[in-house]
Amino acid sequence: MDLVIARPEGLYCPPGDFYIDPWRPVDRAIITHGHGDHARTGNRHYLTAASGEGILRSRLGQSIDLQTLAYGERIRHHGVTLSLHPAGHVLGSAQVRLEHQGQVWVASGDYKVEPDGTCAAFEPVACHTFITESTFGLPIYRWPSQAEVFAGINAWWRANRDQGKASVLFCYAFGKAQRILHGLDASIGPILVHGAVEPLNRVYREAGVYLPETRYAGDIPRNDPLLRQALVLAPPSAGGSSWMRRFGDYSDAFASGWMLLRGTRRRRGVDRGFVLSDHADWPGLLWAIGQTGAQRVMVTHGSVNVLVRYLNEQGLDARAFATEYGDEDESTPAGAEA
Amino acid sequence: MKAFAALYLRLDATTSSNAKLEALRDYFAQAPADDAAWAVYFLAGGRPRQLVPTRVLRELATALAALPDWLFEESYQAVGDLAETISLLLPQNGQGSDDGLAYWVEAHLLPLRGLPAEEVRQRLPPLWAQLDRPSLMLCLKLITGSFRVGVSKLLVTRALAQLAGLDAKRVAQRLVGYTDIGHRPSAADYHRLVAAESADEHSQRGGQPYPFFLAHALQAPTEQFDALLGPPSDWQVEWKWDGIRAQVVKRDGQLWVWSRGEELVTDRFPELHSLAQTLPDGVVLDGEILVWKPGATRGALAVQPFALLQQRLGRKTLGKKLLADAPVVLQAYDLLEWQGEDWRNRAQHARRRQLERLMAEYPLAPVLLSPLLEGLSWADLAEQREQSRSLGVEGLMLKQREALYGVGRTKDMGTWWKWKIDPFSVDAVLIYAQRGHGRRASLYSDYTFAVWNAPPGSPERALVPFAKAYSGLSDEEMRKVDAIIRKTTVETFGPVRSVTPTLVFELGFEGIALSSRHKSGIAVRFPRMLRWRLDKPVEEADDLATLQALLI
Repeated sequence: MDLVIARPEGLYCPPGDFYIDPWRPVDRAIITHGHGDHARTGNRHYLTAASGEGILRSRLGQSIDLQTLAYGERIRHHGVTLSLHPAGHVLGSAQVRLEHQGQVWVASGDYKVEPDGTCAAFEPVACHTFITESTFGLPIYRWPSQAEVFAGINAWWRANRDQGKASVLFCYAFGKAQRILHGLDASIGPILVHGAVEPLNRVYREAGVYLPETRYAGDIPRNDPLLRQALVLAPPSAGGSSWMRRFGDYSDAFASGWMLLRGTRRRRGVDRGFVLSDHADWPGLLWAIGQTGAQRVMVTHGSVNVLVRYLNEQGLDARAFATEYGDEDESTPAGAEA
Repeated sequence: MKAFAALYLRLDATTSSNAKLEALRDYFAQAPADDAAWAVYFLAGGRPRQLVPTRVLRELATALAALPDWLFEESYQAVGDLAETISLLLPQNGQGSDDGLAYWVEAHLLPLRGLPAEEVRQRLPPLWAQLDRPSLMLCLKLITGSFRVGVSKLLVTRALAQLAGLDAKRVAQRLVGYTDIGHRPSAADYHRLVAAESADEHSQRGGQPYPFFLAHALQAPTEQFDALLGPPSDWQVEWKWDGIRAQVVKRDGQLWVWSRGEELVTDRFPELHSLAQTLPDGVVLDGEILVWKPGATRGALAVQPFALLQQRLGRKTLGKKLLADAPVVLQAYDLLEWQGEDWRNRAQHARRRQLERLMAEYPLAPVLLSPLLEGLSWADLAEQREQSRSLGVEGLMLKQREALYGVGRTKDMGTWWKWKIDPFSVDAVLIYAQRGHGRRASLYSDYTFAVWNAPPGSPERALVPFAKAYSGLSDEEMRKVDAIIRKTTVETFGPVRSVTPTLVFELGFEGIALSSRHKSGIAVRFPRMLRWRLDKPVEEADDLATLQALLI
């Protein structure tokens, strides 16, 4: 029996009668992580990893009916043994392991295989069937080392500071921003954040993740010389808004895996693109799939067709799962969260 | 190679001309002359012939990356650039070669041309293995001849002029012919570009033309012209010809005809050869080559459509019949050199007066003097401009009477405006889409448009494709259209998708002609999207009859 099938509401476990990251309201929802396309409002009961509780409550409301599990802790529900395991994507992200009548399925949610210090590192979980994402499922995607990327960000910031210019770095407010903060060289200058970023910083700090001191950019008066030495973290939506005016002459950059391609970088229209992703690159996807030992692989959101065909050529039984996470068809670098 | 790759990244990272200028100056200030010579060549648009066939590059990269062919193709479709795709797929090397650009081009790359595929397959992998990713991408762009980085020749000229303390015009003059295919720039060439000016430099230039002065597009309502431009009396007003911009150079008893791309086209226009005898030495004319109606009365505007000129250019040999049916003339409108002296720093009206004298004194059969238009007010000129389409011209040219003859699209020495008539336009339906390149890579941004073949209500009514276009949308609109295309795809053939027709755009184009090569029987020139007709249902898009009515 298939332990997970695609239903109009989302990925569904028939014997357990619950959903994983449903996109329409259901009775019981397991949430792999707090990004908006995976964690939606309106479900009756939620289950998520213990380290993701703060995030989920801050995004979906303090009063949601939420049960949490420590990584590796097992529970049984309608005869299905269920446990959550680190996915290395963002704080609280989890893979869902399901066991029923000797069959083991793992649903990955979104994952990244390289540890980054802001969330529990990805752990391969042996299974018969693995449900994988495929956001960066093309061999062109191979991430540079994190040390190289952070050296690049620090050097850019330093050069701007020396020219008396603010450095505005656009990135997603949840996950990416905290990862950048964690890796920055805070001795270069003050770090300012947009109002969308600070609440999530608080959750990370409460979870014991080290982040350097940050100040809310809105508290700094317009002509304060401090602005011209600062690194500013802001969500992409702040770009081009009147909020940006306070920084005067600034240099801007965008941090995302999509920045690997020259075309996407130019389309963004920012001075610099830093290649930093919360998702596995191509070698990472193949490594993770190999580690599970699964013979059957279900591929969700991203380059679904490419990965399915490639895995089949490698002798696995791979199929596509239609979901409403991120973009369905192919990589649309334009606005995807990555 | 590393230094040039670093320059490339710096230029690519900014859209500001000043930042680019600074990057160029920094590079040239420290680059060895032989590397600088090649850097100027590539940055100014020089392109050696393709060194290795694309097919060989693809096969080799696919094998080295150990990928199936289809996956290489998928990757290429997502990246939209062959050199970049290969650089992303090959095994990586963090180090990078310290050998200079000149050494790489001369010792490694140029010798690849014409080698048997087997030999190329042997040589390339060890070369690639020496390069870090930015250098590798650059190396591949040089091999495929697709090097481009958003720097104009003018910007390179300015950077060199600033560095060497020279007049930018002088540097531009020295750069003429520098990027010719087959030219191998050397350290000595670079030194010549930036050397102090010598007294005899002007007399040593052989048949070289001057860098062309280009016009800016004027897009303001006529009512604002007085405020923007002052009175019409400050301007020299002419028709804007739709032909080939050319300079005719007569020196030392010889004649050269150059097109705007600084391409020597003397052979293509035998009608002009008599000028070798009739023009005095030391003369350079600037004007437009046009096909003229055979036997037209003198003084009449008898321009033939650009399509005829294009046909002539497409022919390898020019037969008698073609020359008789589609003879060319030069509409001369500027004089850049007179009696061997550079006149570019004289005012427009002074150059024009001398041009008129020259035309009066010498019998120059294939040369016509581009007529001036008189108008008391801008409104009056706007009215005359309305005749453009029926006369076969593109609108008016406005040249500041005091303007000097600048280099490229500059405004610092006076301005030329092109005041074009509005393009033809029709409402067309998007039926196929393909992913674009460069800035538009991985977005469905290159479209095929169709119109209806019959009026509404006809039983056999269908959409027939007639034009492809990819420019004119904002990034935001492009993203939206991309998303709709993905949702409405009917079929995929290779990189092309057919979609359920839902999108209507107003397409603009400059010219229209009958064509046996297109299904619709019609070919349009410079099609582009003017706006997205969100208000228009597909059924109300235009039909073939609308297009046919535009044929003159």
